[in-house]
Amino acid sequence: MMSRMFFLKGMVRRLHLLATAICLVGVAVTGIVVAAHAPDEAELGISEYTNIGTAAIGEKPAEGGKSSSTADHSKYKELEGPFSSGPEVTKACLECHNTAGHQFMKNKHWTWSYKHPKTGQALGKSVLVNNFCTNAKGNEGMCAQCHAGYNMTGPDFDFTKQENIDCLVCHESTGTYYKTPTTEGNEACSIMFEGKSPIDWVKVAKSVEMPQRDNCGKCHFYGGGGDNVKHGDLSSVLFDPPRSVDVHMSEQGEGFSCVTCHVGEGHDWAGSRYEMLVNDTKGPGKPGSKREVASCESCHSDSPHPLDSVNGIKLNSHTQQVACETCHIPEIARGGVATMVDWDWRTMGKLKNGEGFKLKGYTQGDGHHRATYKSIKGDFKYEENLEPMYALFDGTMNYITIDTQFDPGKGPVEINSFSGRYGDESSRIYPFKRMHTIMPYDKGNNTLVYMQLWGNTDDALWGNYDFSKAIAAGMKNNGLPYSGEWGFVDTYSYWPVNHMVAPKEDAMACEECHSKDGRLQQLSGFYMPGTGRTKMLDIFGLIAVLGTLGGVFGHGALRAITARRRKS
Amino acid sequence: MSTHSILVFKRFERIWHWSQMALIFALVFSGFAIHGTHHLIGFGDAVTLHTWAALLLLALWLFAIFWLFTTGQWRHYLPTTKNLLQVARFYAYGIFKGEHHPYRKTYMRKHNPLQALTYLLVKVVIFPAIWISGIAYLLISFGAQDLFGPIGLGPIAVIHTIAAIAIVIFIIAHLYILTCCASFVEHVKPMITGYDEVELTDEELAYLRADERQVLKD
Repeated sequence: MMSRMFFLKGMVRRLHLLATAICLVGVAVTGIVVAAHAPDEAELGISEYTNIGTAAIGEKPAEGGKSSSTADHSKYKELEGPFSSGPEVTKACLECHNTAGHQFMKNKHWTWSYKHPKTGQALGKSVLVNNFCTNAKGNEGMCAQCHAGYNMTGPDFDFTKQENIDCLVCHESTGTYYKTPTTEGNEACSIMFEGKSPIDWVKVAKSVEMPQRDNCGKCHFYGGGGDNVKHGDLSSVLFDPPRSVDVHMSEQGEGFSCVTCHVGEGHDWAGSRYEMLVNDTKGPGKPGSKREVASCESCHSDSPHPLDSVNGIKLNSHTQQVACETCHIPEIARGGVATMVDWDWRTMGKLKNGEGFKLKGYTQGDGHHRATYKSIKGDFKYEENLEPMYALFDGTMNYITIDTQFDPGKGPVEINSFSGRYGDESSRIYPFKRMHTIMPYDKGNNTLVYMQLWGNTDDALWGNYDFSKAIAAGMKNNGLPYSGEWGFVDTYSYWPVNHMVAPKEDAMACEECHSKDGRLQQLSGFYMPGTGRTKMLDIFGLIAVLGTLGGVFGHGALRAITARRRKS
Repeated sequence: MSTHSILVFKRFERIWHWSQMALIFALVFSGFAIHGTHHLIGFGDAVTLHTWAALLLLALWLFAIFWLFTTGQWRHYLPTTKNLLQVARFYAYGIFKGEHHPYRKTYMRKHNPLQALTYLLVKVVIFPAIWISGIAYLLISFGAQDLFGPIGLGPIAVIHTIAAIAIVIFIIAHLYILTCCASFVEHVKPMITGYDEVELTDEELAYLRADERQVLKD
C-alpha cells in the first residue's frame, strides 16, 4: 500500500475521489480496513479508508419504523435537478420544507454547541476536548465530515446560511451518499481512492425519507476514529444486529431504527448524553400522547416486570435505584466489533523509512484486525464483551473544557465527570464505558490543549508528527494562552451505556451484583444483600453460632463422660 | 397425683409446630443464601423462597395467635420462677450426676419453667424482631421504601440478621435439649402423636374423665 501517492489538487470538488484519512473528534466517517496483512505485520501508510454504513455489510437490511409517508419524493419535479452539489439539493428541499432550515439550525448536529442547562458550561463538538483524537476545533477540515452541513472548513463557518445544511446525510436512503474532508490534509495522510462513484444527486435527493440507521450510523457508529472506538455500545454491528446483540434493532426482534426511540419534534430529538434523563418519571404516557424522551421508561414505564412473581415485583422496586441499562446491557462491544479502552498518545510518531505505519495486533470477534499502533495516534487497547463500570448517576455531566485548570498530580484527570449519589431520588446505578488515555496537556497552565491535527501545513500533527508544533499552532490559532511547555497526562472519560439492549433471557442474573465479588463491589454507602459487606456482623454471628455448638458439644461430651463413669 | 398419658399437643398445635419448623428451615436456608453465607441456591430463587415462606409463616402465626388466645393455651408461656432454679441447676450440674429431671409436666404447665421462659423470649423478643424487620424489608422490596426512608435498608437488614442468628442458636439448643434425659425420639414423639406422660391431680383426672374423655389415653 502506497501512502505517498501524488496529491491531486484542484479536482472538481473531488466528487469521485474520496480523500480520507484518519480521525475525527466525536464522530468519524472512516472505519477500519479489513487488513489483508497478517495481524502483527506493520502496514505502511496511515490511511484508514473503508466502506462504512450499511454498504460495509453488503445488503441493506429491512428496517422497521419507516413512515408510510403520503408524499413520494421520487415523483417530485422539484427534485429532477440537475444538481451538481449538496447545497443545490438543500435549496430544493427548503422550497417546500420552508421551516426545516430554521428548525435544524437550532440542532446540535448543526451548531456543534450546547449550553448545559444545569452547569451552564459551554459544550459541544466545536469546543470540547475528548480523550480520543482530542479536538475538532481547528481540525474541521477533517472532522466536519460528520457535521450535518456543507463546507465547514474552520471555526469561522457561517452558521446562518441555510443552503449549507446537509439534508441528505440524514435523509437519503440509497446508502450511496458520502462525505469527504472539507480541506486538504497533509500529504502524508492523504490517499486518493479512485473508483468511488460520484454522487448521483438526483437519485439521492429523490430517495429521502425518515432517517434510517444507515444515516445515523455512518457517523455515530464510528465515533472516535473507527468502528465502535468511542462508545462501546454503538458499532457497525447495529446495522443488522442479531437479536442477542440488540433486541430492539434486530430484525429478529423489533427492527427499530434509531429514530424509533430518538423521537422528537421540529428537528430536535430526544437523547443527549450532555444532560441525560436517568429517572424518567413521565413514563409511557397515554396512548398516542406526545413523548419526547428516549429513555427505556418512556416505552416500558418504571415498572416493566410482570407482577406475577416475587422476582418481578422485586425487580420493579429496583428501578428506583438501578437504571434499566445496568441489568439489560450486561456487556458492551458485543457482536464481534471491539471498542477501544486505552489510548497512549506518547508513542505517536514512530516511522518506518520515514513513513507512518500501523500494527494490527488485535483480531476482533468478527475476524477483522484492529490497529494496536498507529503512527499518527499512538498505542491502543481494545475490549470486546466488556463488563461496563457502574456508578450512581443523576444525568448531569461536568466537563473539563479547554480553560479548566486541573491538578495532574491528583491521579487521572476526568475529562467528564458526573454527579449522583445514593438516596438521591433522581440518581440511578448506571453503566459506563470508561476510556483511559494518556494525552498531551499544557504543563505550565495545567489545562488541556487544542492540537493542530489536520491540514496541509508544517504544524499539523498528522504528517509532521511533532507535538510541540501541533500544540503551539492549535492553541495560537484558537487564541488560547499556552505556556509553551507540554507534557502527558492520564485521563479518563465516561460514556453512559444505553444501546445493545440484550433480550430479556440474557439480562443479568441477581448474583452478578448480589454476591461477594459482584459487579457493584466498588460502590459503597448503602446496604446490598449478598455482598458480604456486614463483616462485623458476620464475625459476631459466626462466633455466636460456633459458641453455641461448642457449648452444646461440651455439655454433651461431659454428659457422656459422667454417664460412663457412673456405670463403671 | 398420678401420671397419665394425655393429649398434650392438640392437632392444630402439632400442625403449627411442624409447618413452622419446615418454614423456619426454609427461611434460615434461603435467608443465609440471600445474606451470602452459602451459595447452594441462586439469589433470585432464595428471595422467592424466602418471601413465600415468610408470607406463609405470617399466615400460620395469625392462626396460632388466634388459637393461643381463644383456647387459653397462652398461659403455658407465662414466666414463672417456681422450680426455675432447680431446672437450671439440673442442666448445669445435676444432669452430670445422673439425677432425674426435677420437673414433671402438669396439665396446666406443659413446659418446664426454663423452657417456658425461653419460648417466651423467643416469642416476645426474637420473633417480633425478625417479623418487624422482615415486614419492613418486604415492604421496602415491594416499593414502599419511603415509609422507612429515615431508617434505611441497612439497619433493618442488620436487625433481621441478628434475629436470624438468634433463631439459629435457639434451634441448636432446642435440638440438643431433646437429647437430654430421654432419647431424641422419645422427646419428639409427643409432638407427633400429641400424647405425653403428665402428672394429674385427682381433680384434674376427675375432670378429664368426666368432660374431656378424648384427652385421656387410658
